[in-house]
Amino acid sequence: MKKELGIFVILAIVCVTLAILSPEFITATNLQNNARLIGIYGIFAIGMGIVIMTGGIDLSVGSVSALLGVVLSMLLVEWKIPPFLAVLIVILLTTALGFLNGVLITKVKLQAFIVTLCGLLFYRGLSRYVTNDNTKGFGNAEGFETLKFLASDNIFGIPTPFILLLIIAVIMWVILHRSVWGRYLFAVGRNEIASKYSGINSDLMIISAYVVCGLLTGIAGVLLAFYTNSISPSSHGNSYELYAVAAAVLGGCSLRGGTGSIFGILVGTALLQVLRNLVNLLGIPSSLDFAVMGVVIMLGVLADQLLQGKRQK
Amino acid sequence: MSKPILQMQNITKTFPGVKALDSVTIEVLEGEVVALAGENGAGKSTLMKILGGVYQPDGGQIFVNGNSVSIRNVNDATNYGIGFVHQELNVLDNLTVAENVFLGREPKNFGIIIDRKKINTDSEIYLKRLGLDISPKTPLSELPIAQQQMVEIAKALSLNAKILILDEPTSSLTLTETEKLLSVIKDLRSSGVSIIYISHRLGEIKEIADRVVTLRDGKNAGVLQREEINHDAIVRQMVGRDIERFYKPPSKVDDSTMFEVENLRTSRYPNRSVSFKINKGEIVGFAGLVGAGRSETAQAIFGVDSSSASKITVEGKTTKISSSKDAIRNGIFLVPEDRRNTGLILDFAIRENITLPSLEKFTATGLISKKAESKTSQEMCEKLNVKTPSIETNVGNLSGGNQQKVVLAKWLSLNPKLLIFDEPTRGIDVGAKSEIYQLMRDLAEKGVAIMMISSDMEEILGESDRIAVMHEGTITGFLNRDEASEEAVMKLAVGGQ
Repeated sequence: MKKELGIFVILAIVCVTLAILSPEFITATNLQNNARLIGIYGIFAIGMGIVIMTGGIDLSVGSVSALLGVVLSMLLVEWKIPPFLAVLIVILLTTALGFLNGVLITKVKLQAFIVTLCGLLFYRGLSRYVTNDNTKGFGNAEGFETLKFLASDNIFGIPTPFILLLIIAVIMWVILHRSVWGRYLFAVGRNEIASKYSGINSDLMIISAYVVCGLLTGIAGVLLAFYTNSISPSSHGNSYELYAVAAAVLGGCSLRGGTGSIFGILVGTALLQVLRNLVNLLGIPSSLDFAVMGVVIMLGVLADQLLQGKRQK
Repeated sequence: MSKPILQMQNITKTFPGVKALDSVTIEVLEGEVVALAGENGAGKSTLMKILGGVYQPDGGQIFVNGNSVSIRNVNDATNYGIGFVHQELNVLDNLTVAENVFLGREPKNFGIIIDRKKINTDSEIYLKRLGLDISPKTPLSELPIAQQQMVEIAKALSLNAKILILDEPTSSLTLTETEKLLSVIKDLRSSGVSIIYISHRLGEIKEIADRVVTLRDGKNAGVLQREEINHDAIVRQMVGRDIERFYKPPSKVDDSTMFEVENLRTSRYPNRSVSFKINKGEIVGFAGLVGAGRSETAQAIFGVDSSSASKITVEGKTTKISSSKDAIRNGIFLVPEDRRNTGLILDFAIRENITLPSLEKFTATGLISKKAESKTSQEMCEKLNVKTPSIETNVGNLSGGNQQKVVLAKWLSLNPKLLIFDEPTRGIDVGAKSEIYQLMRDLAEKGVAIMMISSDMEEILGESDRIAVMHEGTITGFLNRDEASEEAVMKLAVGGQ
């Protein structure tokens, strides 16, 4: 828990500093904007975090969300499928892709990095092919206003994606930190062999982690599609897998597996978003966007490494 | 009379907590085959690793050709003409035979390009000398283990080895391959190469050794000359001490069978099978040398080694075990050999380790009740006398003995029927050792069947109600308590009847 508190303190310091340097940070619109994006990124990041806790990684989530956006648009706009059914179909699709990843990794014993890298390339290509590289969208969302509402409206001034994130976070917190499944997940992440020797079906645990990641990617993907309302198959969701990895790692998940928490992932996601906002508000050239992120993640990981070294002495 | 090419005098080596070698002396003459014999842990490997430059001795002297030398690393050893063929082969199977022979010292054209022609023709000379009819261009991965081993010997010869150490060279060879190797060794001897031959197989030693040097508990236990070498004499020297029997007399064993396995085959020995039964309340010790397949047997019964065609019966009910989960459901539990990596999750708390296999028992409305977990863990720790500040302490911070008790605690709340201990007291201090024996005894008295794998002869003889001895994937014999002795066990362990 110490790790998460540390990153939380950093987040608080950055927020306060930013508020002083740029009063625009604390305007309602800006805060709402940040919260909305944190909501969408956060759902991706929780899914990624679960996979990272097993010692794996899922590089395909960005491309999967592009494929999802494209398919969802076609279902709703071109084929006029009822919104509820359409959403169900795309979320089932991403969940199934997660299952496929899990099976290839555990049963065929391929490396997670390779399996999901191939996914990253394949689903991106597929999205571009089925659309002929044409941008897809939902127009004025006639007939599926509720979906639009979920992605881009507010409840009592709080952006709905942020509320959804909080609900998902609470559910996942209970599952991860209080249920048998969660304990098993950490056990497999820490030491797969010892888990096996304790009667845990580690393959099943790992597959289920990818399934959960697929499911959350689906939910986040639906929100993202309606938030942008314009799905360019070649760029929609680009690098989102890396934001998710960055948020999870910043929030205390080790790529070796076995550590991490929902709270940490939330704080990590928020910190990343606030940093992007900082670049924007302080008039730092937006081309430095990634550079700032890279430096901060590096500092965070370094600080953690130093602290751990001290603790061990 | 040939002169000594190697003398190691009064070699001493201490590892933290163990005196591995205590003033050991060995001498090898030119063109002589010296066999090094001893039980597991007698110090054979340590002595040879000192000669090979892997370890530095704490005391003693080494003479090569009468000159005092210090062997600081593997290169030094090579320069003094010492070649070491390890039990685990040190070859790269993605390279060709010739590339392996000349690895790291390839002759080059223009300083950068490997002179393939030269390495191929040069390798051929050594291959011929070993009677090996293969092309030096063959990729190593296409050769059987026996030939890969020959390549390693060729490599040692190409380095001008005058003293060749062969560590368990036949452990993975077939009978014909072994005979071939032995004849190569004889040829090498007649060409003046001295050989130190480590083997558990007394038959081979008898066939080729000019002399046998036996170690026991890190000390010299005796030397046998060519005409004195026989099976019984070697075993007597390997064993040679009187066992103090401070263990309790055996409990009364129930007549009814608790556990039975028929025709179990392990992945390591797919062509051998194991069958045995254990009665209620009986402790069966499994003796044998390293690599006899005891751990694999245990893992197969526990469902974590891919085994085939076995029939397992627990309390009269036949059942199929294909995963550890199946085993646990049937009351079969394993306390594994490597407790730090397979028995425990070191950076989990004691509580989390203890409840891991029985977590479902601690749930209310689907969620884990930490209170229930803590209560059981606390009780277990008190019952097994685990010394720890708190049940929230990470298991990694405990001593070996206390870690072993935590592994045991995992299973005790689950009503065991067969409990398998693999090297239960390895690396554990004397005090905790007797506590673990007591626990084992208490469990047996409650009717639990116990399979105890151990390489510690005192433990085997003192704790078992019956002893099963394994050799190369199969049980070579059972010994009752009144017929058990170190000699009898060793005889079966090296494959005799």
